[in-house]
Amino acid sequence: MRKDYEAILEQVAHGSRILDIGCSDGQLMELLEKKKGAELRGLEISQAGVNACVAKGLAVIQGDADKDLGLFPDNSFDLVILSNTIQATMNPHDVLSEIHRIGQRAIVSLPNFGFWKIRLLLALKGRMPVTKDLPDTWYNTPNIHLCTIQDFADLARETNFAIKAIMPINGEVRGRSVTKTGFFTNLLAQKAVFVLERV
Amino acid sequence: MSRKQTKLTFDKPLVLDSGAKLEPLTVAYETWGTLNQAKSNAILVCHALTGDQYVTGIHPITKRAGWWDNVVGAGKLIDTDKYYVICANVLGGCMGTSGPQDLKPDGKPSALDFPIITISDMVRAQAMLIEALGIDKLFAVIGGSMGGMQVLQWIATFPDKVFCAVPIATAARHSAQNIAFHEVGRQAIMADPDWRNGDYLAQKTFPSKGLSVARMAAHITYLSDVALHNKFGRKLQNREQLTYGFEADFQIESYLRHQGQSFVDRFDANSYLYITRAMDYFDLAETFEGSLTKAFGAFEGAACVVSFSSDWHYPPSESRAIVRAMMAAGVHVSSLEVETDRGHDAFLLDEPVFHIALSGFLQSQAEAKGI
Repeated sequence: MRKDYEAILEQVAHGSRILDIGCSDGQLMELLEKKKGAELRGLEISQAGVNACVAKGLAVIQGDADKDLGLFPDNSFDLVILSNTIQATMNPHDVLSEIHRIGQRAIVSLPNFGFWKIRLLLALKGRMPVTKDLPDTWYNTPNIHLCTIQDFADLARETNFAIKAIMPINGEVRGRSVTKTGFFTNLLAQKAVFVLERV
Repeated sequence: MSRKQTKLTFDKPLVLDSGAKLEPLTVAYETWGTLNQAKSNAILVCHALTGDQYVTGIHPITKRAGWWDNVVGAGKLIDTDKYYVICANVLGGCMGTSGPQDLKPDGKPSALDFPIITISDMVRAQAMLIEALGIDKLFAVIGGSMGGMQVLQWIATFPDKVFCAVPIATAARHSAQNIAFHEVGRQAIMADPDWRNGDYLAQKTFPSKGLSVARMAAHITYLSDVALHNKFGRKLQNREQLTYGFEADFQIESYLRHQGQSFVDRFDANSYLYITRAMDYFDLAETFEGSLTKAFGAFEGAACVVSFSSDWHYPPSESRAIVRAMMAAGVHVSSLEVETDRGHDAFLLDEPVFHIALSGFLQSQAEAKGI
């Protein structure tokens, strides 16, 4: 199982109401349904993704995280999941505020631009880093709002979330979960999974 | 494929939203396939304004394929080898179900004495048919455009009689623009001297011109600007140059005239008035204390809401309002906004993305239901 999915599954109480934003072909939704008996809804932008989900019997709305979170009523979910998507939204602040309105808790995973390899690439080559995780060039990347773990932690606090856990992930290895952002977490984690709760 | 053509006349009257009583009520319908022993495989297909119960196979009047022949049939997406498919002519229609052409006790056609009907009345008439067929719960109710309105009304009025619902290219209420276009159509019919204040059947005339113009105006709303441009552009009809007159110089004019003329051969003018009125009166939220969420509150099944990007008749924003309300009501709702330039009529055409979604939804629901 993907390490970020594994980290997410551990955070989910049985029978939770969950919204998966950017649910793709519904792989995580299926896992959550099977393993956690969750009541799930998804939001996905691509027609292929929505069709794959619908064929699996998953309840998925075609829409855009930037525009369509208004479809979901206040407090309608126990948990909102946004995996590997925040950096591709037009307005991460608004998206996070909407998630705050919709759900009690949130799990947000993102690539960490503060990872040492990325810093090194930028420092040594003087060019925007292209890595396995971020394979696009600056002009054609969907990731228009890249940030570091510390940057995201600031935004989470600004949108009235408390950070319950930060789980660093490096490739197939999960690091030790922390509750505070620190210099070394920010330097050593390739990706991070944030567990947020409304203040 | 087995096909039966039947009419049912009910002993008990249908009390309409207007308060009027309709009796006797007759419902003309078609079925395909076989109802299984558990009676769990019935799909009700609801037709649009100018559709009818001849969904698939050869239409008895036009001699052409039914309006959803590409989707419904043996081995097709809505597989009549697997499902028992029912489609009834709507109340007010002109294909055998009670409508303004019905004869009164004095032997004259009802014409404008026929009571005003609503989408909800149509659905309650269908429910009487379903009950008479011995079906307690429909596996699915599916329909586009006005058929989609009936789907929404079904899950609002009979939430426990529907396992899953597919409203396509539709709206939960008629907008001012929708009403406006319908009013143009109705006025065209009424302005035809042969309409005779609705009494044309008794007076042996027919408002062909008016009904034809109504159809022409409506037909424009079913297509997108891009679709019209791609199909016709400014191309001339069988001529090299403009005639400097009012003949159908342009292909689009000729096309619309043809659409209008062929429509009057198969449709009744008063039916057109009554059914468009029913659509104009449709506002599902209004009957649920102004809350669309309340309308869907008792429905525990799944729904798949489909819209088409270039549909300006029932645009995707109308579907989003439906989805938002269903989401708030806790319905197991999926939705798809199909990217297409073919406008409202896309729901009748071969749209692969739409068909994959519909097929996937039905299959997953059939698995859940064990059929």
